[in-house]
Amino acid sequence: MMIAIIDYGVGNLFSLNASLKKIGVWAKVTSDFDEIRAADRLILPGVGAFADAAEKLRLNGLDALIKKEVSNGKEILGICLGMQLLFEESYEYGTHKGLGLLKGRIVPMEGKIPSDLKIPHIGWNSLNIKKNCPLLRKTKDGDYVYFVHSFFAEDADESLAATTMYGIEMTAAVQKDNVAGCQFHPEKSGEAGLDILEAFCRKEGEK
Amino acid sequence: MITKRIIPCLDVKNGRVVKGVKFQGLSDVSSPVELAEYYSENGADELVFYDITASFEERKLFTDILTEVASRIFIPLTVGGGINTLEDFDRVLKCGADKVSVNSGAIKNPFLIKEAAMKYGDQCVVLSADIKRKDGEFRVFAKGGREDTGMEAISWIKKCVSLGAGEVVVNSIDTDGVKKGFDIEMLKAVNDAVKVPVIASGGAGCADDFVKLFKEIPDIDAGLAASVFHFGEIKISQLKSQLRKNGIEVRI
Repeated sequence: MMIAIIDYGVGNLFSLNASLKKIGVWAKVTSDFDEIRAADRLILPGVGAFADAAEKLRLNGLDALIKKEVSNGKEILGICLGMQLLFEESYEYGTHKGLGLLKGRIVPMEGKIPSDLKIPHIGWNSLNIKKNCPLLRKTKDGDYVYFVHSFFAEDADESLAATTMYGIEMTAAVQKDNVAGCQFHPEKSGEAGLDILEAFCRKEGEK
Repeated sequence: MITKRIIPCLDVKNGRVVKGVKFQGLSDVSSPVELAEYYSENGADELVFYDITASFEERKLFTDILTEVASRIFIPLTVGGGINTLEDFDRVLKCGADKVSVNSGAIKNPFLIKEAAMKYGDQCVVLSADIKRKDGEFRVFAKGGREDTGMEAISWIKKCVSLGAGEVVVNSIDTDGVKKGFDIEMLKAVNDAVKVPVIASGGAGCADDFVKLFKEIPDIDAGLAASVFHFGEIKISQLKSQLRKNGIEVRI
């Protein structure tokens, strides 16, 4: 079994790679089409600005490849900005198209959360589980995970798997069929995070 | 609810963790990798590593240690010490750091903050400021607290945040190593002046000092300490239970 961590020049992949090693999963950081096709599952990481990241995916045709692989049933996990890219569009400094694998949109916290709260939302916050799904099969309601973000997914509706409270209830994790995502960083969330990576990388009973 | 963060700080020299009182009289404490694993397993929310070496060889030893730590523990890691250029950011980020803290490097060249924030994002750039009262104001000190820069601290911090610093560590030289509590007055002044997370440093001697910090400045984000954790004077698990008993949200 091999996991492809999609490398499109956005963010630091050291910890993600190391955390998959820690749980005994073979992962490869790659932008190679054949390797991505050959992988059993995909992880779409990402830190930074939505428009820049979406553009980088488009420039080398990775967006079309990801959509094709996912429509063929391959499982994908988006992390942080990688999760936001799974949605239809983002209102981060303009309107930008995402991959459209999930219904919903990315909106700024500014103006939506009480003004005395700091932006970005940085730190450990607890998960409120909203539905049973494979991604959270090892996660307990109230588990703490590490967030760093200024934008969040709104109206995720059918994919919404967990929320977190930061002035308002915000999308924290999503899953619809083979498409999953976390707004937080599982690779930086201690044991609770490793549990989520493990749940994505191995089906129950899978080696 | 978002939790208050408890952050042990590890000063690393010659591959070992050291901590001085008022920045002088360093004493060897332990192995950075072992200590980092111990903290991670015992409730630390984040770790800060300061590279207090000077030579090129020692710098290589530090990044080797950082790589080892980042491969074994999975909580946020901040690295500081000797960060003067974008290449320094690159060097430690490649070894697994999540955030990079700048201090003297930003004093020499404030634009470093802007360049780094544009390249790696605001969340990656932490301003660390050593502050001391002088001539009736808060003054920024450089070179590990030895050199008065003449700059007023609150305006310096506001400037760094506007350049892109995503978090601020405030280290009070007046209370550092004294173990009689955080510098509430100084921290409140900084916390009121900026909208980014503020991390309190300098002066923690017992668990009650952390309770007082979070009670008196409810929206300060984190408390950082070194020797009191390294010498076991405060156990993080016990500290967190005490914070929770006092109605302060923590990750347990």
